Amino acid sequence: MGNENTLTVRFFARLREELATDSLTLPVRPDTSAGQVLSELAAKGGPWAQLDGRQPVMIAVNQAMAKPETRLKAGDEVAFFPPVTGG
Amino acid sequence: MDHSVSVQQEDFDAATEYQALRGSDAGTGAIATFTGLVRDSGDLQGVTGLFLEHYPGMTERVIEDLIEQAAERWDVRKARVVHRVGELALCDQIVFVGVCSAHRSDAFAACAFIMDALKTSAPFWKKEMTESGEHWVEQKDADLARSQSWEL
Repeated sequence: MGNENTLTVRFFARLREELATDSLTLPVRPDTSAGQVLSELAAKGGPWAQLDGRQPVMIAVNQAMAKPETRLKAGDEVAFFPPVTGG
Repeated sequence: MDHSVSVQQEDFDAATEYQALRGSDAGTGAIATFTGLVRDSGDLQGVTGLFLEHYPGMTERVIEDLIEQAAERWDVRKARVVHRVGELALCDQIVFVGVCSAHRSDAFAACAFIMDALKTSAPFWKKEMTESGEHWVEQKDADLARSQSWEL
Protein backbone atom coordinates (compact mmCIF):
# COMPACT_ATOMS: atom_id res chain seq x y z
CA MET A 1 0.00 0.00 0.00
CA GLY A 2 1.22 3.52 -0.75
CA ASN A 3 1.69 6.27 1.78
CA GLU A 4 -0.45 9.39 2.05
CA ASN A 5 0.69 10.82 -1.31
CA THR A 6 1.05 7.75 -3.46
CA LEU A 7 -0.74 4.80 -4.97
CA THR A 8 0.53 1.32 -5.64
CA VAL A 9 0.10 0.03 -9.19
CA ARG A 10 0.32 -3.72 -9.79
CA PHE A 11 0.51 -5.74 -12.99
CA PHE A 12 -0.22 -9.42 -13.55
CA ALA A 13 0.40 -12.22 -16.05
CA ARG A 14 1.31 -11.18 -19.62
CA LEU A 15 1.38 -7.48 -18.68
CA ARG A 16 3.69 -8.14 -15.72
CA GLU A 17 6.07 -10.02 -18.01
CA GLU A 18 5.99 -7.65 -20.99
CA LEU A 19 6.39 -4.54 -18.81
CA ALA A 20 9.02 -6.35 -16.70
CA THR A 21 7.28 -4.75 -13.72
CA ASP A 22 5.09 -6.27 -11.04
CA SER A 23 4.58 -3.15 -8.96
CA LEU A 24 5.10 0.64 -9.11
CA THR A 25 4.56 3.49 -6.69
CA LEU A 26 3.15 6.64 -8.29
CA PRO A 27 2.29 10.05 -6.89
CA VAL A 28 -1.47 10.56 -6.79
CA ARG A 29 -3.11 13.81 -7.84
CA PRO A 30 -6.54 14.87 -6.63
CA ASP A 31 -9.38 13.51 -8.78
CA THR A 32 -7.20 11.15 -10.83
CA SER A 33 -9.00 8.19 -12.41
CA ALA A 34 -7.70 4.69 -13.10
CA GLY A 35 -8.01 5.42 -16.83
CA GLN A 36 -5.81 8.51 -16.48
CA VAL A 37 -3.12 6.47 -14.75
CA LEU A 38 -3.34 3.96 -17.61
CA SER A 39 -2.95 6.72 -20.23
CA GLU A 40 0.03 8.23 -18.42
CA LEU A 41 1.74 4.85 -18.26
CA ALA A 42 0.97 4.21 -21.95
CA ALA A 43 2.72 7.49 -22.81
CA LYS A 44 6.02 6.02 -21.57
CA GLY A 45 6.10 4.20 -24.93
CA GLY A 46 7.76 0.88 -25.76
CA PRO A 47 5.89 -2.04 -24.20
CA TRP A 48 3.90 0.45 -22.09
CA ALA A 49 2.12 1.69 -25.24
CA GLN A 50 -0.07 -1.44 -25.16
CA LEU A 51 -1.92 0.18 -22.24
CA ASP A 52 -3.40 2.76 -24.64
CA GLY A 53 -6.57 0.76 -25.21
CA ARG A 54 -5.48 -1.24 -28.26
CA GLN A 55 -6.05 -4.41 -26.24
CA PRO A 56 -8.39 -5.08 -23.34
CA VAL A 57 -6.98 -4.28 -19.90
CA MET A 58 -8.98 -5.12 -16.79
CA ILE A 59 -8.77 -2.77 -13.81
CA ALA A 60 -9.10 -3.47 -10.09
CA VAL A 61 -8.99 -0.87 -7.33
CA ASN A 62 -8.33 -2.12 -3.80
CA GLN A 63 -8.87 -5.68 -5.09
CA ALA A 64 -12.35 -5.08 -6.51
CA MET A 65 -13.14 -4.79 -10.24
CA ALA A 66 -13.22 -1.15 -11.33
CA LYS A 67 -13.68 0.99 -14.43
CA PRO A 68 -11.46 3.57 -16.18
CA GLU A 69 -13.56 6.33 -14.60
CA THR A 70 -13.06 4.98 -11.05
CA ARG A 71 -11.49 7.78 -8.96
CA LEU A 72 -8.32 7.08 -7.02
CA LYS A 73 -7.11 8.37 -3.69
CA ALA A 74 -3.83 8.19 -1.83
CA GLY A 75 -3.06 4.73 -0.48
CA ASP A 76 -5.15 2.92 -3.13
CA GLU A 77 -3.90 -0.27 -4.77
CA VAL A 78 -4.65 -0.23 -8.51
CA ALA A 79 -4.11 -3.34 -10.61
CA PHE A 80 -4.03 -3.70 -14.39
CA PHE A 81 -4.23 -7.13 -15.98
CA PRO A 82 -5.30 -9.04 -19.09
CA PRO A 83 -8.73 -10.71 -19.25
CA VAL A 84 -8.72 -13.62 -16.82
CA THR A 85 -8.32 -17.25 -17.90
CA GLY A 86 -8.63 -19.49 -14.83
CA GLY A 87 -10.65 -22.62 -14.23
CA MET B 1 -23.74 -20.60 4.76
CA ASP B 2 -20.91 -23.06 5.34
CA HIS B 3 -18.28 -22.66 2.63
CA SER B 4 -14.57 -22.84 1.97
CA VAL B 5 -12.31 -21.26 -0.67
CA SER B 6 -8.70 -22.29 -1.10
CA VAL B 7 -6.13 -21.11 -3.67
CA GLN B 8 -3.09 -23.34 -3.32
CA GLN B 9 -0.09 -24.86 -5.07
CA GLU B 10 -0.62 -28.32 -3.59
CA ASP B 11 -2.84 -30.90 -5.20
CA PHE B 12 -6.20 -31.68 -3.60
CA ASP B 13 -8.04 -34.94 -2.95
CA ALA B 14 -11.50 -34.86 -4.53
CA ALA B 15 -12.69 -37.64 -2.21
CA THR B 16 -11.70 -35.60 0.85
CA GLU B 17 -13.48 -32.55 -0.57
CA TYR B 18 -16.57 -34.67 -1.24
CA GLN B 19 -16.59 -36.05 2.30
CA ALA B 20 -16.25 -32.53 3.69
CA LEU B 21 -19.32 -31.55 1.66
CA ARG B 22 -21.26 -34.62 2.78
CA GLY B 23 -21.06 -33.94 6.49
CA SER B 24 -24.10 -34.62 8.64
CA ASP B 25 -26.65 -32.15 7.29
CA ALA B 26 -29.79 -34.21 6.81
CA GLY B 27 -31.27 -31.37 4.74
CA THR B 28 -28.74 -32.03 1.95
CA GLY B 29 -30.16 -34.31 -0.70
CA ALA B 30 -27.75 -33.59 -3.55
CA ILE B 31 -24.07 -32.86 -4.08
CA ALA B 32 -22.79 -31.66 -7.47
CA THR B 33 -19.05 -31.47 -8.05
CA PHE B 34 -16.84 -30.39 -10.93
CA THR B 35 -13.13 -31.05 -11.38
CA GLY B 36 -11.04 -29.35 -14.07
CA LEU B 37 -7.85 -31.01 -15.38
CA VAL B 38 -4.80 -29.95 -17.40
CA ARG B 39 -5.33 -30.96 -21.05
CA ASP B 40 -2.73 -31.38 -23.81
CA SER B 41 -4.35 -28.86 -26.15
CA GLY B 42 -5.76 -25.40 -25.59
CA ASP B 43 -4.86 -22.29 -27.56
CA LEU B 44 -1.89 -24.38 -28.74
CA GLN B 45 -1.44 -28.05 -29.61
CA GLY B 46 1.19 -30.12 -27.83
CA VAL B 47 0.79 -28.44 -24.45
CA THR B 48 3.24 -30.00 -21.98
CA GLY B 49 2.06 -28.18 -18.86
CA LEU B 50 0.53 -25.00 -17.46
CA PHE B 51 1.63 -22.14 -15.24
CA LEU B 52 -1.16 -20.45 -13.29
CA GLU B 53 -0.89 -17.01 -11.71
CA HIS B 54 -3.40 -15.29 -9.42
CA TYR B 55 -3.95 -12.06 -7.50
CA PRO B 56 -3.63 -13.11 -3.84
CA GLY B 57 -6.45 -11.66 -1.78
CA MET B 58 -8.62 -10.49 -4.66
CA THR B 59 -8.97 -13.97 -6.16
CA GLU B 60 -10.28 -15.47 -2.91
CA ARG B 61 -12.61 -12.48 -2.43
CA VAL B 62 -14.11 -12.83 -5.93
CA ILE B 63 -14.77 -16.55 -5.43
CA GLU B 64 -16.39 -15.91 -2.03
CA ASP B 65 -18.62 -13.37 -3.75
CA LEU B 66 -19.59 -15.89 -6.46
CA ILE B 67 -20.58 -18.42 -3.78
CA GLU B 68 -22.72 -15.75 -2.10
CA GLN B 69 -24.36 -14.91 -5.43
CA ALA B 70 -25.09 -18.61 -5.99
CA ALA B 71 -26.64 -18.87 -2.52
CA GLU B 72 -28.93 -15.93 -3.30
CA ARG B 73 -30.24 -17.64 -6.44
CA TRP B 74 -30.36 -21.30 -5.48
CA ASP B 75 -30.59 -23.47 -2.40
CA VAL B 76 -26.91 -23.79 -1.44
CA ARG B 77 -26.32 -25.48 1.92
CA LYS B 78 -22.57 -25.82 1.61
CA ALA B 79 -19.95 -25.00 -1.05
CA ARG B 80 -16.23 -25.69 -1.50
CA VAL B 81 -13.88 -24.30 -4.14
CA VAL B 82 -10.22 -25.27 -4.49
CA HIS B 83 -8.08 -23.76 -7.27
CA ARG B 84 -4.43 -24.54 -7.83
CA VAL B 85 -1.72 -22.11 -8.95
CA GLY B 86 1.91 -22.45 -10.00
CA GLU B 87 3.31 -25.10 -12.33
CA LEU B 88 0.95 -27.91 -13.28
CA ALA B 89 1.63 -31.02 -15.38
CA LEU B 90 -0.63 -32.74 -17.93
CA CYS B 91 -3.56 -34.55 -16.28
CA ASP B 92 -3.07 -32.62 -13.02
CA GLN B 93 -6.17 -31.33 -11.24
CA ILE B 94 -6.65 -27.55 -11.56
CA VAL B 95 -9.95 -26.73 -9.91
CA PHE B 96 -12.65 -28.30 -7.75
CA VAL B 97 -16.14 -26.86 -7.22
CA GLY B 98 -18.64 -28.70 -5.01
CA VAL B 99 -22.11 -27.63 -3.91
CA CYS B 100 -24.65 -29.20 -1.50
CA SER B 101 -28.36 -28.51 -1.98
CA ALA B 102 -31.63 -30.05 -0.98
CA HIS B 103 -32.34 -31.03 -4.61
CA ARG B 104 -30.22 -31.83 -7.66
CA SER B 105 -31.41 -28.97 -9.87
CA ASP B 106 -30.08 -26.36 -7.43
CA ALA B 107 -26.83 -28.27 -6.90
CA PHE B 108 -26.20 -28.61 -10.66
CA ALA B 109 -27.07 -24.97 -11.38
CA ALA B 110 -25.07 -23.48 -8.52
CA CYS B 111 -22.01 -25.61 -9.33
CA ALA B 112 -22.14 -24.68 -13.04
CA PHE B 113 -22.71 -21.00 -12.26
CA ILE B 114 -19.75 -20.79 -9.85
CA MET B 115 -17.48 -22.53 -12.38
CA ASP B 116 -18.63 -20.46 -15.39
CA ALA B 117 -18.42 -17.17 -13.49
CA LEU B 118 -15.02 -18.08 -11.97
CA LYS B 119 -13.58 -18.50 -15.47
CA THR B 120 -14.43 -14.95 -16.50
CA SER B 121 -14.23 -13.01 -13.24
CA ALA B 122 -11.73 -14.56 -10.81
CA PRO B 123 -8.23 -13.16 -11.38
CA PHE B 124 -6.35 -16.25 -12.55
CA TRP B 125 -4.18 -16.38 -15.67
CA LYS B 126 -3.02 -19.53 -17.46
CA LYS B 127 0.15 -19.86 -19.46
CA GLU B 128 0.54 -22.86 -21.75
CA MET B 129 3.98 -24.48 -21.98
CA THR B 130 4.97 -26.34 -25.15
CA GLU B 131 8.23 -27.73 -26.59
CA SER B 132 8.52 -24.58 -28.71
CA GLY B 133 7.70 -21.93 -26.10
CA GLU B 134 5.16 -20.38 -23.75
CA HIS B 135 1.84 -18.70 -24.47
CA TRP B 136 -0.51 -16.73 -22.19
CA VAL B 137 -3.99 -18.12 -22.83
CA GLU B 138 -6.52 -15.72 -24.37
CA GLN B 139 -9.98 -15.29 -22.85
CA LYS B 140 -12.58 -17.12 -24.96
CA ASP B 141 -15.79 -15.59 -26.32
CA ALA B 142 -17.51 -18.92 -25.58
CA ASP B 143 -16.53 -18.63 -21.89
CA LEU B 144 -17.80 -15.06 -21.75
CA ALA B 145 -21.07 -16.14 -23.37
CA ARG B 146 -21.52 -18.99 -20.86
CA SER B 147 -20.86 -16.63 -17.97
CA GLN B 148 -23.22 -13.99 -19.39
CA SER B 149 -25.95 -16.61 -19.93
CA TRP B 150 -26.36 -16.71 -16.10
CA GLU B 151 -27.14 -13.01 -15.90
CA LEU B 152 -30.67 -12.30 -14.75
